[in-house]
Amino acid sequence: MAEVLVEARTCPVTGLRVVKHAENLIKVNAVFAVLALLFGTIGAILIALTRWEAIHLLPTDLFYRMLTFHGMNMLVFWIVFFEGAGLVFASTIVLNARQVAPKLGYLAVILMILGFLLTNFIILTGDVNETAVMFTAYVPLKAHPLFYLGYILFAVGALIMCILFFLNVYNAKREGTYEGPVPLFTYGIAAAAVIAVFTLVHGALALGSAFLWSLGIIEVVDASLYRLLFWGFGHPAQQINLAAMVSVWYLLSYFTVGGVTPSEKVSRTAFLLYVLFINAGSAHHLLVDPGFGAPWKIFNTSYVIYMAVLASLIHCFAIPASAEIGQRKRGFNKGLFTWLIKAPWSNPAFSAFFISLVIFGFIGGASGVIMGVEQINMKLHNTLGVPGHFHGTVAAGTSLAFMGLAYYVVPLIFRREWLSKFWARIQPFLFGGGLFLMAVSMNTLGRLGIPRRVWETSALVVPYKELLQATLGIGAVVAFLGALVFILHTVLTIIFGKRVEGKPKFPEVVQVSNPDEKTSTPGTIVLAIIFFLYLAIMYTINWYWLSRVWEVR
Amino acid sequence: MAINKPNEVYWEEKVGFSEKAWVLLSIVACIVMFMVMVAWAIAGKQNPPNEAYRVSIPSFAERAEAFIEKYKVDEENGIPVVEAPEDEDSYLIARMFYFSPVLILKQNQTYRIRVSSLDVQHGLSIQPVNMNFQVVPGYEYVLTIKPTEKGEFLIVCNEYCGLAHHVMKGKIIVK
Repeated sequence: MAEVLVEARTCPVTGLRVVKHAENLIKVNAVFAVLALLFGTIGAILIALTRWEAIHLLPTDLFYRMLTFHGMNMLVFWIVFFEGAGLVFASTIVLNARQVAPKLGYLAVILMILGFLLTNFIILTGDVNETAVMFTAYVPLKAHPLFYLGYILFAVGALIMCILFFLNVYNAKREGTYEGPVPLFTYGIAAAAVIAVFTLVHGALALGSAFLWSLGIIEVVDASLYRLLFWGFGHPAQQINLAAMVSVWYLLSYFTVGGVTPSEKVSRTAFLLYVLFINAGSAHHLLVDPGFGAPWKIFNTSYVIYMAVLASLIHCFAIPASAEIGQRKRGFNKGLFTWLIKAPWSNPAFSAFFISLVIFGFIGGASGVIMGVEQINMKLHNTLGVPGHFHGTVAAGTSLAFMGLAYYVVPLIFRREWLSKFWARIQPFLFGGGLFLMAVSMNTLGRLGIPRRVWETSALVVPYKELLQATLGIGAVVAFLGALVFILHTVLTIIFGKRVEGKPKFPEVVQVSNPDEKTSTPGTIVLAIIFFLYLAIMYTINWYWLSRVWEVR
Repeated sequence: MAINKPNEVYWEEKVGFSEKAWVLLSIVACIVMFMVMVAWAIAGKQNPPNEAYRVSIPSFAERAEAFIEKYKVDEENGIPVVEAPEDEDSYLIARMFYFSPVLILKQNQTYRIRVSSLDVQHGLSIQPVNMNFQVVPGYEYVLTIKPTEKGEFLIVCNEYCGLAHHVMKGKIIVK
């Protein structure tokens, strides 16, 4: 194969070849990801301090406007921009390959930026009746046409990014820059990209029809059909995050402690299970809807006999095991937990990785499995338990894992030394700790019947409501500080940080001399059993609570 | 190893005992959780209702109004109070920004309550017993429900439906 000439440099740490066009795309995506995170964070603190009704900060219409603003920027823009960077990285640099059709790549990112700006502009400046429609924009609650258009432009841009990912991988094979099975990280990101394609197609169908309806071109959009299509987008969109986050966990365990998965075969099978079964989880949002029968609900909500949960349980073992193997090989081999206690907790990439893993499992994952039970969902649908669940998964899980990765992206891609080790080190603890407190409060309030997406709840008399709202608010303030530290530190470092000469000083990348060697993982076995028992107890308690409510069928 | 090429024959590498055992345990848990859900759907007493119909909004409104007219016993803050009949279906209207009527039910009596919306989507959330259902315009959801405790129960809307969403309330009285 003839070598295609492309501008590139060699990374002094990983030895990977960094192609110019790929690097540029990663940088643009990363910058807009952080901008979206800033927007989302501002929205977050405003709405959290309103839900803490002792403070009750915002007036009604601003609250609902900010809730929409927060949801869009966090659930869609921050995460998908970051994943855009991940798609480029996994398909070019990791495979020693070039970015195919770089102009199409720039077009994709421009579409995403246009969508991002347009949607935010209309949410902030439009008539509140047409723009405070939430992330879900359920028809027949009609949004401004530009709201849908921004959403659609962004989705189309993201879809092109996915297609470019596949073209890059194909091209790497064709040009022979990469032979044999792809690395696990790229494999996981490929799973995310496959999920992204069918996710975005659903999004286009739901939002495209709502867009035409808002323009008056079509007369009516069936509300139930919209819900089905929207959640074909909205739920798998978070499963893209799941697959991307798990891939990032594997990557971070390798960078921070030289971790390797105990079994490539098992880990990859788990990713395959995600691709095959995860979109069935769209049914989680339709469990107490009219128009879908119990067999449909049970089959789908269980991800077809819990096949996607099985995948997550596999990762739940393989990822801590991967870190344990790395640590034991580095000499922290004594007893059950020396590897964990002596882990590099002062490396923010490690702490972000491990904290996000634990909160994702215990708060996000466990609450998700429980809430996804067809019957138990009657007690949780549209309560604060729902955002309680996904702040455990998407915020403390995905966002924190991505922040952990950013601690490497800045020195390795932007080539800047971090300004402050201190702030980098405490940031994951602030963000993770705050979200933990907040998500636990929300999950509890939800189980007591407090709804989500509501400005005030004075009519509801619930035990410990004031206390739990206060812990929710305090957790939110701490998490807000954690996010703000991350954003300011990143932006200031990129602008004022010292240029990296050779290898960056911080954070450390562990060099592995014997990557194929594996050790046993007794500590992980204990951790996994603790998690299993915890899940079993929570699951049983929630069934008990359900059995206390009125009879209904 | 996450960014390095795996062993070319990784598919033939042996899986460690503990990981194998964990995967097996997980598979068992998955099957058990699935079976529990199926069993509860067959024998459990709390299941999301399965009965629903597509309706036009005017047709639902007309039937609901006729029902209210027939069984109205009182009025509370402009909302009719209705004593639900035992041998006939009851109706509950959700609309911006109230539920109507106030339903009076008897403890341990089974009722069929037809719920729908006259405008946008709403959430029917019965508190403090905490049971939640989606109300979708164009679809009539039939809740076959048996209140097992006495008292006044609040209905709040828990699907965002507009700027006055948080004032949207209703009531069920169980005697």
